[in-house]
Amino acid sequence: MNSKQYILNSIKNTNIIKETPCPQIPDFGIVYEDKFEQFAQIIKTVGGDALVCKKEDLDKTIASLYEDEKVISSNVDGCTLGNFNTDVDDPHKLKDIDLAIVKGEFAVSENGAVWIKNEDNKHRVLYFIAQNIVIVVQKDKIVNNMHEAYENIDFSDAGYGAFVSGPSKTADIEQSLVIGAHGPKSGYVLFVE
Amino acid sequence: MSNHPQEAAKFVANDERMHWHDKALWFVREKRDLASKSIPEWEELRSVASEIKTHTLSKLDYYLEEFEKNATQKGITVHWAKDALEHNEIVYSLLEKNKVSKIVKSKSMLTEECHLNPYLEERNIEVIDTDLGERIVQLRNEPPSHIVLPAIHLKKSEVSETFVEKLGTEKGNDDPTYLTRAARASLREDFLDAGAGLTGVNFAIAQTGGVVVCTNEGNADMGASLPKLHIASMGIEKIIPKLEHLGVFTRLLAKSATGQPITSYTTHFHAPVVDGEMHIVIVDNQRTPFLASKDYNKALACIRCGACMNTCPVYRRSGGHSYGYVIPGPIGSTLGNFKDPKANKTLPFACTLCGSCTNVCPVKIDLDTQLYTHRQDLGAQGLLSKQKTISMKITAKLMQHPKLFDFFGKTIRKLVPMLPKSIVYSKYNIWGQTRDLPKMPKNSFKELYKQGLKDEL
Repeated sequence: MNSKQYILNSIKNTNIIKETPCPQIPDFGIVYEDKFEQFAQIIKTVGGDALVCKKEDLDKTIASLYEDEKVISSNVDGCTLGNFNTDVDDPHKLKDIDLAIVKGEFAVSENGAVWIKNEDNKHRVLYFIAQNIVIVVQKDKIVNNMHEAYENIDFSDAGYGAFVSGPSKTADIEQSLVIGAHGPKSGYVLFVE
Repeated sequence: MSNHPQEAAKFVANDERMHWHDKALWFVREKRDLASKSIPEWEELRSVASEIKTHTLSKLDYYLEEFEKNATQKGITVHWAKDALEHNEIVYSLLEKNKVSKIVKSKSMLTEECHLNPYLEERNIEVIDTDLGERIVQLRNEPPSHIVLPAIHLKKSEVSETFVEKLGTEKGNDDPTYLTRAARASLREDFLDAGAGLTGVNFAIAQTGGVVVCTNEGNADMGASLPKLHIASMGIEKIIPKLEHLGVFTRLLAKSATGQPITSYTTHFHAPVVDGEMHIVIVDNQRTPFLASKDYNKALACIRCGACMNTCPVYRRSGGHSYGYVIPGPIGSTLGNFKDPKANKTLPFACTLCGSCTNVCPVKIDLDTQLYTHRQDLGAQGLLSKQKTISMKITAKLMQHPKLFDFFGKTIRKLVPMLPKSIVYSKYNIWGQTRDLPKMPKNSFKELYKQGLKDEL
C-alpha cells in the first residue's frame, strides 16, 4: 500500500467526527460608507499610501513620487515611464528593477489589499524583486471586504493571484516595524479616475 | 524529553527579561483585540470558521483526494508522506533530481517538525531560512520560540551581536532598520543563488487545487517565484473546501496573529512558474490519530496564528523554548502531549486553566478543556510523578469521607503551628517552596457556616 492509500484509509477507517453540512457564509461582511477613504486610511497603517489621479496624469504623478529611480518597468495602460522590458527568459534578470508599475484588479477597503492577477506580466517575481512598487487600480473597483473580494476571483483559467497590502515589512526584531523586508521598500496604490 | 517547570525556572530567573517578554507578547495580544473589534461580525466569523473546519475534517479523505485531482490538473505534482522521514526523502529526491545544492526556505512549522534542515544539510544541501526571525535563530543555531514571531525571545542587542559575527555588520549598531537592511542585502544574494524555494502552506483549496501562503516580508514569494522549482509542504489538516472560505480565514488569520488587517502578501499558487515545476507534499506524521479522538480532534483545526501563545500567562512568562516541543504555548502543549505523552507530560500543566486561549482562538479550539483532559489521561496512563499521584490519592480519599476530612482538617489546623519550619517547608511541600502557608484559622469553613446559620436563626 502506498502512502496515499495508507493516509486515506486511516482517515476513512478511524475518523469519528460526525459529518456536518458545509456552512453557508452569511452575508455579514462589514460595509463602508466611503470605500476609498477606508482603504486609504488602512493602507497608511501598513506602510503604504493611496493616491487618486486622472489617467492622463499617471506619468506625472508617478514621476513625482520616484524622482531618482532609474530602472522602471510598467505594464499599465496609459503609463509610459517604463524603460525595462520584463518579458525576458530568466526572472533573475529582473533583479535591478528600481520601480515596478503594475496593474491591480481591485482593492479591498477592509484591509488595504489589492488583488493582482499577473495576466499582463510573465514573471511573478516582479512584484517582490522590485525595490519599489506602484499598483494602479480603477477608482470604481473597490470592494468592502474579503467576502466580496472572493466573489471576484476565479481560478478556472488562472494559475496565480495575490493580495498585496502595502510594501513588504517585518517586526521580527523587538517588534519594531521596519518597512522593506525582502520585497519592495515602498508601495503606493494609485487609483485612476 | 521536555521538562517545562525546569526550563521555565531558568527563564524566570531573569526577572527583567521575563517582564520584557511578557510585555512584548501582551502588546501583540492588545493589537489583536483592536483588530478584532474593528469588525462587528468578528464572533460570527469565528463560529463560521470553526464550522468550516469541523465539516472539512469530517470529510478529510474526500477533500484531500479532490485537492489532489484539481492540483494535478493545474500542473502541480502532489506527493504523500506518512511521516517526517518520508517527507524529507521526497524533498531531497526532488532536489537531487533537479541538481539543487542550495535552497531558500520560508517559514514552515511542518519542516521544523520534520527536522528537514539537518536532514538536508547532512546530504550537503545548503538551507537558508529567509524569514528574518527564522534567519536570526538559524544563525544562532536555536529553534524558533514562537510560530509567528520566531525571535521574540531575543533583544535587538543580541541580534546585533549575531549579525556582527555572521553578516559583518557594525559593532554596537542595534538599530532594527539597519539590521533588517543588512539581512535583506545578504538574503537577496541567497534568493538569486538558490536552485529551489521551499514554503509552507496556510490553506490548500480542494475546489481549485491551489495553495495559499501568507507572509509579510515577501520571502516566500521571492523563494517560490525566482527559482524554477517550488516545493510546498503541508499537513493534511490545511485543506479547506472552497475558494469562498478564504474570505473567512484571511479575515481571521492576520488579525488574530499580529493585529494586522491582513498579511502584506496573501499569495495563491495554482501553477508552476514559467518553465518551472511545483510540487506539494501532503504530510500525515501522526495527524490522523487526532481524528479518532473525541477529546482532541479539534486541535487539527488550528490555523497557526499564535494568538493562544500571545495571550497565555504561562507562555508570556516562560518563553517558547521552555516547552521543548516544536510548537509552544497552549496549542503546542495539546498537540505535543497527544502525539507523545511520555516525552511531553509536563506540558498540560504549563497552564492555569484560565481559558484565555480558547477565548481568542479564531477557530474556537477548546484548548483549556483539552489541557485539563490531558492531565486526567496522564494520570490514567500512570505518567504523573509519585508526589502528584500520592497526594491526589490522599485528597480523593479525604473528599469521599466527610468525617475523615473534618478530622484531618482539625488535626492540621492544630498541628501545623506547632511544627518546626524545617518540617512544614520540607522538600515535599512544593507549593511552599516559593510561598508562605496561610495562618491556620481556628475553625473550618464548615464550622463557620453552621455557626452563621445559627446566628441567622
